[in-house]
Amino acid sequence: MTSGPESVLLPPDGPTAPPRVNGELVFDAPWQTRIFGATVALFEAGRFAWPDFQQRLIEAIAVHEAALEADPIDGTSGYDYWACWLDAFRALADEHGWASQRSLHDMEHELEARPAGHDH
Amino acid sequence: MSHDENHEHEHEHEHEHDPRAIRTEALERLLVEQGLITSAAIDTIIERYETDVGPLNGARVVAKAWTDPDYRARLLEDGTAAIAELGIGGPQGEKMVVVENTPDVHNVIVCTLCSCYPWPVLGLPPAWYKDPAYRSRIVREPRKVLREFGLTLDDDTEVRVWDSSAEIRYLVLPERPASTLGADEEALADLVTRDAMIGVARIDAR
Repeated sequence: MTSGPESVLLPPDGPTAPPRVNGELVFDAPWQTRIFGATVALFEAGRFAWPDFQQRLIEAIAVHEAALEADPIDGTSGYDYWACWLDAFRALADEHGWASQRSLHDMEHELEARPAGHDH
Repeated sequence: MSHDENHEHEHEHEHEHDPRAIRTEALERLLVEQGLITSAAIDTIIERYETDVGPLNGARVVAKAWTDPDYRARLLEDGTAAIAELGIGGPQGEKMVVVENTPDVHNVIVCTLCSCYPWPVLGLPPAWYKDPAYRSRIVREPRKVLREFGLTLDDDTEVRVWDSSAEIRYLVLPERPASTLGADEEALADLVTRDAMIGVARIDAR
C-alpha cells in the first residue's frame, strides 16, 4: 500500500486506539495534545520506528488496566489513554537517551518551582 | 505516571501542577534543547490532526447540502468548488466528486489500488478501508460486504462502487433521515458519520 507515514499511526480501534468522536481525536487537556504532537513530530523527523512506540503503548495500557482492576473505587471510568501514551513516550525517550531519569526530574523540578500564574 | 501519583495530585486543581502536564512540558523542553524537534513542528502536527483533517468537515458539507438545495446542486455539479466554499480543501482533496444516495441508488467508495481517501473531508482512513479484503471484496460482492457492516439494502436498490482513481476522490452524500425535518444544519451535522460518507452505513436519526 502506498500511503504516507500517517497511515501507520493511530489505529482506529483496538486496545491502543486513541479516543475519538466521529473519527476525530479527542483531547481533554492541553498536555495530551502536546505529547501527541511531540510523538508524531519526532516520528516524522525519523527518530524512531513506530512499532517501537506502539509496543510500549501496549505495555503501558496493560499496566494501567491492571492498576485500575486492582482499585475498583476508580473503576474503568478512571481509564486514561493519554496517560498511557505519556508513559510509553517517556519509556521511549529514556531508551533513546533523550530524557534520562536525572535530566527529566531536574527539568520537572525546575518547572514546578515556577511561581503560580506564570505565562506558558 | 503511576496510578498512585495521579491520586496524590487529585486535590490540586491548578492545571500547571498536573504532574502529567509538567512531565509533558519537561519532555518537550528536553527534546527541543537537544535539537531533536521544534515546538513549531509540534504545533503544525497538532493543527493538522486536530482541526484540518477529520470527518466533521465532511459532516458540515453533508448537512449544508441537506438544508440548502442550491448548495446541494453545486456540490453534485462540482464537488471541489462547493467544498471549498466552506473553507475545506487540501492534499487528497484536489478533485472531489460527490455521489448522492437515493432510495434507488446506494454509493460506496473504495480505492482498490492503495488507500486513496478524501482527507480534507474525512480525515485519515480507518484500518479496514486500507485492508486488502475490503478493497477487493467491495467491488466483487458489495451487497455481502455491506451486510457485514450491518447495512442491508433492498434487492432493487442499485449499488454503485466508486474506485478512487489517480486524481479523483469521492464522497458519498448520504440520505437525510426522514425524521429530521425540522433540524438545523448544526444538529444535522452531528448525525453524519464517517462510515455513512464512505457508504458503508446509513444515517439514523437519534
